[in-house]
Amino acid sequence: MDNAKRLVLSSAPHLRGGASIKRDMYIVILALLFPTAGAVYFFGLYVLPMLATAILCAILTEYVAKWMRRQSFHMDGSAIITGILFVLVMPPRTPLWIVVVGSIFCIAIAKEAFGGLGHNIFNPALAGRAFITVSFAGALTRWIAPVHSLLADGITAATPLGEGFTTTLSDVELYKALFFGNVAGSAGETSALLILIGGVILLAFGLIKWQVPVFYIGTVALLSFLLGQDPLFQILAGGLMLGAVFMATDYVTSPLTTRGKIIFAVGAGVLVVLIRTWGSMPEGVCYSILLMNAFTPLIDRYVRPKPYGYVKSRNKEAAS
Amino acid sequence: MNTRVVELLGLKCPAGVHPPSQKLAAGHAIERAPLPKSVALPLQQHIGAPAKAIVKRGDEVKVGQKIAEADGFVSVPIHATLSGTVKHLATVASPVTGHPVSGVIIESDGKDEWIELTPADSETLSKEDILTRVKDAGIVGMGGATFPTHVKLSPPPEKSIKSIIVNGAECEPYITADDRLMLEETDRILRGLKTVMQVLSVKRAYIAIEENKPEAIARMRQGVAEGSLPGEVEVVAVPAKYPMGAEKTLVKSILNTEVPEGGLPMDVGTLIQNVATLAAVYDAVALGKPLVERVVTVTGLVGTPKNLLVRFGTAASSLIEQCGGADPSADEVIFGGPMMGIAQSRDDTPILKGTNCVLVKRSDIREEYSCIRCGRCIESCPMGLMPLQFVNLVKKEDYESLANYHIADCVECGACAYDCPANIPIVSYIKTGKAELRKAGVR
Ligand code: SF4
Ligand code: SF4
Repeated sequence: MDNAKRLVLSSAPHLRGGASIKRDMYIVILALLFPTAGAVYFFGLYVLPMLATAILCAILTEYVAKWMRRQSFHMDGSAIITGILFVLVMPPRTPLWIVVVGSIFCIAIAKEAFGGLGHNIFNPALAGRAFITVSFAGALTRWIAPVHSLLADGITAATPLGEGFTTTLSDVELYKALFFGNVAGSAGETSALLILIGGVILLAFGLIKWQVPVFYIGTVALLSFLLGQDPLFQILAGGLMLGAVFMATDYVTSPLTTRGKIIFAVGAGVLVVLIRTWGSMPEGVCYSILLMNAFTPLIDRYVRPKPYGYVKSRNKEAAS
Repeated sequence: MNTRVVELLGLKCPAGVHPPSQKLAAGHAIERAPLPKSVALPLQQHIGAPAKAIVKRGDEVKVGQKIAEADGFVSVPIHATLSGTVKHLATVASPVTGHPVSGVIIESDGKDEWIELTPADSETLSKEDILTRVKDAGIVGMGGATFPTHVKLSPPPEKSIKSIIVNGAECEPYITADDRLMLEETDRILRGLKTVMQVLSVKRAYIAIEENKPEAIARMRQGVAEGSLPGEVEVVAVPAKYPMGAEKTLVKSILNTEVPEGGLPMDVGTLIQNVATLAAVYDAVALGKPLVERVVTVTGLVGTPKNLLVRFGTAASSLIEQCGGADPSADEVIFGGPMMGIAQSRDDTPILKGTNCVLVKRSDIREEYSCIRCGRCIESCPMGLMPLQFVNLVKKEDYESLANYHIADCVECGACAYDCPANIPIVSYIKTGKAELRKAGVR
């Protein structure tokens, strides 16, 4: 360093930790690999072109959206996550053109139209699924049973929560099938085990709070028990596990504080049971999270951390 | 809510961050830096009114001679730190604000002649005499706050002070000046503490040291056991977590209580004194020695990081030189630690009373992205604030709402920005917000 060289005048802190958006996103992708691998294993190789299409469309859409708004495009990994999640919540035999339309919607409308990563109100992948459900009603009606060979076509079957679901399995066998993922359903939602492995990874890296899945799933269990349903079945069937680990925990669309996150999780849990029990749809996870996404700004407005030194002064006021 | 429940639900914010400690100079005993050929002494080295110069060009001065008089109660005098001639009164760039301030340049005669010191027996001095000696010696908080010590030691009569917390936490990475002082100058620190306890008639003191300095803890414990301190003095090993050394964090961790918002530690009956300040109090009261030097850690990308005893006004560049020079890749010089220190525009800025560290480093400027609402800044904030909201509001220029989020309570510790994955310079936004609020307040 010589005197002639200009010194850099940065503002404090001059030391930064290792956190980066990219790092966070790639850890999420790592965690997602487990349910994604499960999707391929249970529903065959057709899931792969779905994934490739969704990821590619998501990235391209984001690139174009940034270009149109004259912003710089960063390959931060969030579009990849949206692409993967979108496939995981869709039926495993969704036509590719629907995957294209859906993932473009996820990024262009649900994310970029709100201002891009960090500004979106709704979880992009779930918004995409909801959009497809209402626009192409037929797309989310054909479900298949897990296939026995990777190239098999798949036989239409009812999902555990769907109408007309019957099983010859004993209770224990059914729980086992639900836990390992050997049932019909959205591509990535069926295997509780693989989702939990992903969840452990996210927890280990500190990317999610245990309170979110625990309160979300716990609320569903408790309410369904009170309503005389089988709580274990309600937890394992459908998209609850996937939603609780990967979607209700989304930074951008869930509350900031742990207290807020708990409110969010309990609210979503209540909604799931309401929709499943009295709604017109068999499954409520997607809408429960989207609805709570809408409440997030409100929760953040009122649920704030207690600033240092404030309880004391309030006590004093109360005392005087 | 019940505390057990709060803990069970994980609602207790961890608060604080764990930057790598990087105490490179920890093993290096304090060395005296060679006397510089000249010193530049800004007249404002403390919080409060700048001192008024009482020397003129050509005056001969000795070390410890007053060259500027305190201007009012919240102000302290400045002393010559070399013997020699006053070359001129000049404007020097303040290492704190970067703005030019008036100062005195003294050229050394190489003799290092001191004024005559008048020692005293501190135990027989009255409180007023002690405070006068502290003020005359120009003592300020040497942990970096530079608030005049005699003012801090004169709390209003309605505040009863029950304890002193001695701040030896040194939670900023890299800095080891206080650590070394506790190891090598234990006695001066404890004698200074004794005097301060005497002034405030306090019977209880806690010496807070981060647990990553076991030797300092042991040495201070030994000193306390051997010494003849009035009342109960306890050395407390506090968790090594940034910003443990911030006054309010210390109060919470030592006394398990919080300073009410907008208040000072004296509102909960305690006063915090940095270890270096206490050593200076001892010098001033018992030896009559004014504050002319301090221990500065010179570290980072230098040949050999060291702890140097430096006369105020010495250019940082000469200290860097003494530590084997800076690495060619270095392009930043920070006064203070990496978390709260101030980047200098020139490397010849003078060391002042509040400069505990000269950190030479490579700049690490990262591209700023949008906030992803990860909440890390909230969890890191020791003051329980929502730092990302300050960023949002300042971006929206909605300065009025900043107060709703208690921006005034922010101590600018930088813990929030340390862990932000979007690389948002949160503290800069906060400073902008505070400045805008002040402007609005004036209007
Ligand atoms: S700089 Fe302010 S807002 Fe950020 S962590 Fe420190 S006190 Fe909290
Ligand atoms: S740490 Fe950074 S990205 Fe995370 S919420 Fe705070 S400001 Fe936003």
